[in-house]
Amino acid sequence: MPVIKDAVCSLCGSLCDDITVTVENNKITKIENACILGHSKFVGMLEHDRIETPMIRKNGELIPVSYEEAIEAAAKILVNSKRTLSYGWCSTSCEAVSGAIQLAEETGSVIDSTANVCHGPTALAAQEKGSPSATLGEIKNRADVIIFWGCNPVHAHPRHMVRYSSFSKGLFTEKGRKGRKMIVIDVRRTDTAKLSDKYVEIEQGSDLLLVTALRSIVNGHEDVIPETVAGVPKAEVIELAETLMNAKFVCIFFGMGVTQSRSKYKNGDAMSSLISDLNQHTKAVMIGMRGHYNVTGFGQVATWETGFPMAIDFARGYPYYNPGETGANDILVREEPDAAIIAAADPGAHFPQKAVRHLAKIPVIQIDPYPNPTTEIADVVIPAAVVGIEAEGTAYRMDAISLRMKKLIDSKFKTDEEIVKDLTAKVRELKRGA
Amino acid sequence: MKIKVNLISGRTAAQGANLEAKTHKGYFDACAYCELSPVDLERLGASEGDSLKVNTEFGDVVVFAKTNEGNPEGLAFIPMGPWANAVLSPDTHGCGMPGFKGVPAEIEVTDEEPLDMKSLMKKYIEA
Repeated sequence: MPVIKDAVCSLCGSLCDDITVTVENNKITKIENACILGHSKFVGMLEHDRIETPMIRKNGELIPVSYEEAIEAAAKILVNSKRTLSYGWCSTSCEAVSGAIQLAEETGSVIDSTANVCHGPTALAAQEKGSPSATLGEIKNRADVIIFWGCNPVHAHPRHMVRYSSFSKGLFTEKGRKGRKMIVIDVRRTDTAKLSDKYVEIEQGSDLLLVTALRSIVNGHEDVIPETVAGVPKAEVIELAETLMNAKFVCIFFGMGVTQSRSKYKNGDAMSSLISDLNQHTKAVMIGMRGHYNVTGFGQVATWETGFPMAIDFARGYPYYNPGETGANDILVREEPDAAIIAAADPGAHFPQKAVRHLAKIPVIQIDPYPNPTTEIADVVIPAAVVGIEAEGTAYRMDAISLRMKKLIDSKFKTDEEIVKDLTAKVRELKRGA
Repeated sequence: MKIKVNLISGRTAAQGANLEAKTHKGYFDACAYCELSPVDLERLGASEGDSLKVNTEFGDVVVFAKTNEGNPEGLAFIPMGPWANAVLSPDTHGCGMPGFKGVPAEIEVTDEEPLDMKSLMKKYIEA
């Protein structure tokens, strides 16, 4: 029986590339090295239902149709739309993203990724102040002080700490966990906090205050710090700043606690400044804990093809970008789109209800392997192969390292890349006819 | 009895493990609950598994009660998903990101049962 080694797990932004998969009769029968999330993804192929056939909604019900009919119906929606939102494209390959951008340009759409509800503010922060970063390999080999700020890798990136950070052993970190100081900054004692050497509990939404206080101390202005900052006593803030300055190599991993809380992108902006300040004393870097396995890849592809990482509006015929205006949630809440194409993401589950209500009103095309809340409000549904299991392709890890995902089993389903190509061809055909 | 809380949402391993099985009960069990500190749950007079109604200025949703000793008093957590999003803020403050964390909410015990995913989504189609 074929045993495939070093398969890349296409679930979270850690993109673990050491999964061993046993395949018998085109079925995955054994998975080794995967975490609970990755394991669920691989065994999901056997255990739960798929979208089995293309479907079109008629009289409120999704009715099975042929692939060609679905492509034609989807293309008609796109051609007749004056303002299309193209959203998602993060649990798929860079090749599919490239095709999606081409389709967005062809249809004058706004195209946005799941960064809109994830690390979008981190991209803004990087544009404001830069993003002093490193590869996860460097962290593994060098970092002696690791901060998890507003993120909970035990739940969201379960193998991160073993493969790349707290527990990993590297060239200059041969003692592993014992040789590293692990600090967690969060608003509640998470399972990650329970594993830390130092847990700093802050008041929700006050991240910016703490970052700013740390900057003041690092820059020699300890005297301006009030008795408590963000609910943390001054002495503890000073101790934290000293730990950072005295480290050999600091990495701050940060998550949604930072990007989604009050001050949003200003938190990442300030953190970038803190990293810059720390680099006057030692080596320090920051890395966003990216969620979807290829949300980083979307940003890479979009940036090299359009100049912008997300929220790109092609209505003018050229790429225009202003995230607070062209972000997926902003245009939905303003009730601007008259159609939407959604692939490899689930805004039905992950957008606030006001945005979902607008999606429910307009024609929605969904491309996805599995039914989800977006399917409930979709009008044309096209099933896709699971990238990383049934299709190969390129994805970018959270530290912007590209990895080639393998095809492990054959599938009757088309890939996202093929679907978007067929759709673009049909759109062009209809436009020529018009 | 109603209590005022600060509501946040976020990932959990169970939510992530059921990401691609959202029509199944496992996803419902992993997402349709609200975690409170044991003190807050006691103030409500609720036990784990009771139904709670969470109200914000953006909507209301019924979820199951859970306790988490890691939560400070006054902080409520609902895993990311359609139940959390029924009550979270759509306001992006001009930077693209909705308010998924830090939404003032009121919580009370209710006799209503949490809606399953399909029933919850149906509300948006009918509205």
